[in-house]
Amino acid sequence: MEFLGLVNYALFMAIFIGIYALLALGLNIQWGFAGLFNAGIAGFFAVGAYTSAIISTPPADGRFGGFDLHFVLGWIGAMLAAALVAWPIGKICLRFRSDYLAIASIGIAEIIRLVIKSEPVLTNGARGISNIPRPAGDIGYMESQVAYLIIVLAVLIAAYVLVERQFNAPWGRMMRAIRDNEDAAKAMGKDVEFRRLEAFIFGAALMGLGGALFAHFNRAITPEAIDPMVATFLVWIMLILGGSGNNRGAILGAAVVWIIWSVSEIATDRLPHEYAVQAKYIRLFLIGLMLQLVLRFRPEGLLPEPLRGDQRTAKTGADQN
Amino acid sequence: MELLELLNFYVIPGIVLGSIYALGAVGITLIFAILRYAHLAHGDLATLGAFIALAVVTALGVSPLVALPVAIIATAAVAVGIDKVFYEHLRERPKIVTVMASLGIALMVRSVVQVVWGVDTQTYTRGIVRPEDYFGLRIRDRELYTVAAMLLLVGGLQLFLTRSKWGKAMRAMSDNPNLALLSGIDNKKVVMLTWIIAGGLCAASGFFLGLNTELKSMMGWHMLLPMFAAAILGGVGRVEGAVLGGLIVGIAEELSVLVIPSEYKAAMAFAILLFMLLVRPTGLLKGKVL
Repeated sequence: MEFLGLVNYALFMAIFIGIYALLALGLNIQWGFAGLFNAGIAGFFAVGAYTSAIISTPPADGRFGGFDLHFVLGWIGAMLAAALVAWPIGKICLRFRSDYLAIASIGIAEIIRLVIKSEPVLTNGARGISNIPRPAGDIGYMESQVAYLIIVLAVLIAAYVLVERQFNAPWGRMMRAIRDNEDAAKAMGKDVEFRRLEAFIFGAALMGLGGALFAHFNRAITPEAIDPMVATFLVWIMLILGGSGNNRGAILGAAVVWIIWSVSEIATDRLPHEYAVQAKYIRLFLIGLMLQLVLRFRPEGLLPEPLRGDQRTAKTGADQN
Repeated sequence: MELLELLNFYVIPGIVLGSIYALGAVGITLIFAILRYAHLAHGDLATLGAFIALAVVTALGVSPLVALPVAIIATAAVAVGIDKVFYEHLRERPKIVTVMASLGIALMVRSVVQVVWGVDTQTYTRGIVRPEDYFGLRIRDRELYTVAAMLLLVGGLQLFLTRSKWGKAMRAMSDNPNLALLSGIDNKKVVMLTWIIAGGLCAASGFFLGLNTELKSMMGWHMLLPMFAAAILGGVGRVEGAVLGGLIVGIAEELSVLVIPSEYKAAMAFAILLFMLLVRPTGLLKGKVL
């Protein structure tokens, strides 16, 4: 029994690592490739989760949809919806320095939170949407956990292969050129704004997909399912610790940070009640401190971005912006 | 609707809220213009200032207004400390790295508040304050204090920036950092002064939000968007622009209830922000665009 519990916990953790790794990969396209600061990850995540829920749940009274379509359509819809939300924001903010995008993305996450809370027709309000079909969910409990893990890993590997291909492809090299020296890239005739918009939208789509995977795993999505600030911040620390600009780093970071995060949760849950609440916030403080320490002492992360050509010249080139 | 009713229920609360935003927006606009990055921990620093004032009020039993200077000084010191410990060594890196660090600082400052003061809603004073009647305009004393303090603090800051040597040095750094450094301005002192001013104003902003509404650990984070909208609306780097922007955002938020559902009040600041970026990114008073 004890052993089964452990296996179950490991499966649970692995599924979450897979979902967070997808978010970190999405952020890597935005930040690692293109240098775009997105502080609204939780917003795109939520858009994906709710879109997929609306598309794939059976029809329900009192709210929009329940279209009862195949979950794959839901996931595709989640990606499209997240991309559609990202488009106007990117269109307006990407003409300026990334600081403006940072503020606007905080704003869009906030607006999405408001819409989820106050449009029950769309999201069923505080009760959220339940009865979301889970792929391979009608077999035994353990088997369905394993099956879902395999599905998550398959999606993650597909995303990884696609993104990694782009890293050395002309598109990826161009994106890094824009990130490291915008003026030079512009002088070479690259359409900087449009390319940044591409990166922002692709990244947002992956975040939407992550949200959809989360919703189908839980079979339900509610406004309180994730704390927006914590989720956004966790994805950032995953990418920075793992190594921004490196896709394997993003996945490694997701695994390391999620293991630290959930193991520390077990530790704090064992504390007496009066300390447990405070311990929760101390964990948040420490995760913030972790970012500061990584930024200071190992800004390139655990797995640094692979540089092509002469390492020394390439490195000084990257530091000069 | 009658004019008086409009003034009493929407415009006066709007001006008060706007003054609170203005205090924070001035700090944001100074940091944006002089240090050249968006400081995302600004709202949570305001929360900290408000709670420091609460600590003084509960410990000494003094009136909240007496606690305000203490909170201003303490928060300014915290801001300088944060800069020294966490931001200073990032100065040579791309500015956006500091933006990221400030997001982490926001989380850290907030969790300190949550650990020390808890997550429950608190107030400076108990009981209901009835507004006084001024020719039909119903105004509470604390609302007068808020607007007066804002005018006083920003007026003083404006005098400092235009008349004193260090104020001029700050403006020079904002206008042309290379030229300012060449002419021998001490960058470290300018940075420190900027943080003292921004931190102090932050505390005032959080304090007055707490005085007019209530103290919550998330209060500052929710002010971040309106404060940035105000700074950009007024023009980045323009102190008087930040005040104007703050007042407009505050009044617009209160008036928005007349046309859109009140749940979406907070969306008003975001709409103003996007609109300005789309139409006139330099802001009303021709600030800079980074």
